[in-house]
Amino acid sequence: MDFLRPASWEEALAAKAEHPTAVPIAGGTDVMVEINFDHRRPEYLLDLNRIGDLEEWEVGEESVRLGASVPYTKIMEHLRGELPGLALASHTVASPQIRNRGGVGGNLGTASPAGDAHPALLAAGAEVEAESVRGSRLIPIDAFYTGVKRNALAPDELIRAVHIKKADGPQQYSKVGTRNAMVIAVCAFGLALHPETRTVRTGIGSAAPTPVRAKAAEEFLNAALEEGGFWDNGKIITPSVAKQFADLCAGACNPIDDVRGTASYRRHAVGVMARRTLTWTWESYRGTDGQTHQKGSVA
Amino acid sequence: MRVHFTVNGRPQEADDVWEGESLLYVLRERLGLPGSKNACEQGECGSCTVRLDGLPVCSCLVAAGQVEGREVVTVEGLADFAKQRAEHGGCASGACGTSLQDAREWAAEGHDSQTGEGTELSPVQQAFIDAGAVQCGFCTPGLLVAADEMLERHPNPTDADIREALSGNLCRCTGYEKIMDAVRLAAARQGEAV
Repeated sequence: MDFLRPASWEEALAAKAEHPTAVPIAGGTDVMVEINFDHRRPEYLLDLNRIGDLEEWEVGEESVRLGASVPYTKIMEHLRGELPGLALASHTVASPQIRNRGGVGGNLGTASPAGDAHPALLAAGAEVEAESVRGSRLIPIDAFYTGVKRNALAPDELIRAVHIKKADGPQQYSKVGTRNAMVIAVCAFGLALHPETRTVRTGIGSAAPTPVRAKAAEEFLNAALEEGGFWDNGKIITPSVAKQFADLCAGACNPIDDVRGTASYRRHAVGVMARRTLTWTWESYRGTDGQTHQKGSVA
Repeated sequence: MRVHFTVNGRPQEADDVWEGESLLYVLRERLGLPGSKNACEQGECGSCTVRLDGLPVCSCLVAAGQVEGREVVTVEGLADFAKQRAEHGGCASGACGTSLQDAREWAAEGHDSQTGEGTELSPVQQAFIDAGAVQCGFCTPGLLVAADEMLERHPNPTDADIREALSGNLCRCTGYEKIMDAVRLAAARQGEAV
């Protein structure tokens, strides 16, 4: 095994181009487990810890450019206003020790359906900034997850940052597990209200081969909210609408039975989380002033 | 591969390090510092918790090569680290610190091993002994490092602060109640001292 230690992003891209099988390591919270347990013996480890840029973020007009290695702890502490859903999701990651090391870039690189960040990214709307010596591109989050632990990255590409839309309304995140800390999600659900475009977006984790959006549920809810004038009148969402939304979210799942839960439990739990997160976010939207939600406020 | 880094305030060098080796392995097997414990090797249990550039991390999940040029504090250096923090608000120069020999020879022995009287302990270590928070002791080093760091950030922690800070450290003996007592005790004493 070789340990590659690029001192700059350009060096990292050159190393990845030269050794496409090199495994990038930043927080190490996935990669080191595989090495410790002898599940993986990569020919090259590509250490990204010396590249300081990857641990920085910029808050822009429309979105936040989050460096791939920004640890979850920093997201919780500094980006709760701009990225409330992702901050909530970050807080459910493992333990303080893991949150001090792990970041969203690693979650995307591993692309596990159980990665905690994915439902929040799907709900908020995001693009993954991937780069190689050939150039840079932005991959829409909806096109990023291509299979179980598979993503749209080319062998010579590295994730540099994630561009996440700043919240224009309340966002929520919910996760089912056996305790509050140190759990891999049995299933998880993220929901974001987007009052500016009068749309709702969702993200489901651990209930399909990849993280997915419940698109039929979103379309139904968008239409129901529009039809009832809910965005303007700020009324309580009718229970029948919430139930239909929950059922459609459960229907968007394609789960399996495994040690953490059965497929039917996962479907049921996703429905419950969909109804609850919708209620929480909608109450927050109504609570502000009934008309428009303050940009960037916390759900 | 050779790795240079600072451990408990002193520059150290580890030789013949395998590229896939963890910081935990280097500390225990190459530097002779077995205070950090090896249990789950997957970041679940927190018994290998050390501070890396000040932050608590699972040393089993840090690749040895990643600590090149960085600062690590282990449980062996905790008493000195806490002392220097109390006296000077930390040690940036690296001139102070625990020598490797001192760290290797560190033991909680004294005139009274029950109370730890006559030994150099950090306040949080003393509180763990006084509150009866140590049973088999395997989880203790990780808990001490995590609790000490929490008390640095939250001088007057709520129970929720303590629970959250220690949520990544598993203990199979105590049921955690005595550990909670110990951290509350350390916080109360810290408050009195100020």
